[in-house]
Amino acid sequence: MSVAKRIIPCLDVDKGRVVKGVNFLNIRDAGDPVEIAKRYDTEGADEITMLDITASHETRDTTYKTVESIASQVFIPLTVGGGVRKIEDIKKLLRSGADKVSINTSAVENPSFVKEAADKFGSQCIVVAVDAKAKTDKENSWEVVTYGGRKRTSIDVLEWTEQVTEYGAGEILLTSMDRDGTKEGFDNNLVSKVSSGISIPVIASGGVGNLDHLIDGVKIGGAEAVLAASIFHFSEFSIKEAKEAMKASGITVRF
Amino acid sequence: MTQIAVIDYGMGNLHSVSKALEAVSQKESIVITSDQEVIKTSDKLVFPGVGAIKDCMEAFSNDLKETVLEEVKKKPTLAICVGMQMLLESSEENGGVEGLGLLNGKVCKIQSNKDIKVPHMGWNQVNYLKEHFLLKNIIDCSYFYFVHSYCCPSSKDALTETIHGEKFVSSFAKDNIFAVQFHPEKSQSAGLQLYKNFLDWSV
Repeated sequence: MSVAKRIIPCLDVDKGRVVKGVNFLNIRDAGDPVEIAKRYDTEGADEITMLDITASHETRDTTYKTVESIASQVFIPLTVGGGVRKIEDIKKLLRSGADKVSINTSAVENPSFVKEAADKFGSQCIVVAVDAKAKTDKENSWEVVTYGGRKRTSIDVLEWTEQVTEYGAGEILLTSMDRDGTKEGFDNNLVSKVSSGISIPVIASGGVGNLDHLIDGVKIGGAEAVLAASIFHFSEFSIKEAKEAMKASGITVRF
Repeated sequence: MTQIAVIDYGMGNLHSVSKALEAVSQKESIVITSDQEVIKTSDKLVFPGVGAIKDCMEAFSNDLKETVLEEVKKKPTLAICVGMQMLLESSEENGGVEGLGLLNGKVCKIQSNKDIKVPHMGWNQVNYLKEHFLLKNIIDCSYFYFVHSYCCPSSKDALTETIHGEKFVSSFAKDNIFAVQFHPEKSQSAGLQLYKNFLDWSV
């Protein structure tokens, strides 16, 4: 008996609608976030992550409203990310009903923001999202990228995840930008290197195309949780099917 | 009408707790309050808590603390997460913090290793040591959602236990107090059933 490995469907939300693109291109409309969140909850999702991919100033209020309506109808943990820059942003998201807030670019630009946020709200609600891209000149080495993969930072992913753990992050949402949207599976080498280097849970993300990929993320990558978007949105697989596949492979999951 | 006071001392995810209570309530009114008069006139109390225990204790002002301590002694009370930990004798978090001492037991850091991640975050099984009204219609070994880095290893008031590396007490029951380490408001149907049981509970 132990803590169950989690399946987390991710909603990429743009101006109040769920969308999913391949490498941030060809964005397809996948529906209403509240309806989708409810469906995932019924199917047995362990958590829901919602990333506000526009995250521009004008659409912020739409985000809070969406969070509020998900949170009042879905009684599993809800993580919200995208455009979280200030303590005030976190406060508003938590107040709207988010349980955890995911910080990405602003953590890289100002690492003490992670510390400040964890001190103020507790590590349990601070997720640091790390977008990783393999270094071209060195094997088994990744650098942190920001602005949705547009900007390289030359910060080493393993050092960075250790540092934010020390600053009080409660969890790492680790996305391989090389795999994101490709349906080729997680970069399990990356996941396992990060996961074995830190004491906090790692959520593997980026590249899921079938159910075996979820299993590999846990068994090979050592992830505590696996995140996927498109395979669930377009009903290729249900959460229940994903859990059954994981269970059949010997992974502890919640039913 | 039965009134449930969710005690607001500035810490804790009060809205998710009250939303979950509202989802299962039929005739009860749920209020989030720091008003001592409202707490005194309420029929049941919910005592949440999130974050560091020292901050929670400090946020809990003397006046409010006195009222809550008085009321908790006589009304059905549900304490959640750090709210639960505050009711114990002490915690080693933040260099050592004295608790309210209403439940037996001490809070210690969860030991992490390669396989045991801290915070203990996610769904884990709750195993019954005894029967209790609040566990009605919830099967033994059901999964509940946890997120915490400190836990109480053993207590005379233990009702259920859970394993994360080591065993710890995942819920406590003593007279009119029911206290849980996990978050029923985030534990889907099992959690909502527990809240329903709390609303139906009479001591």
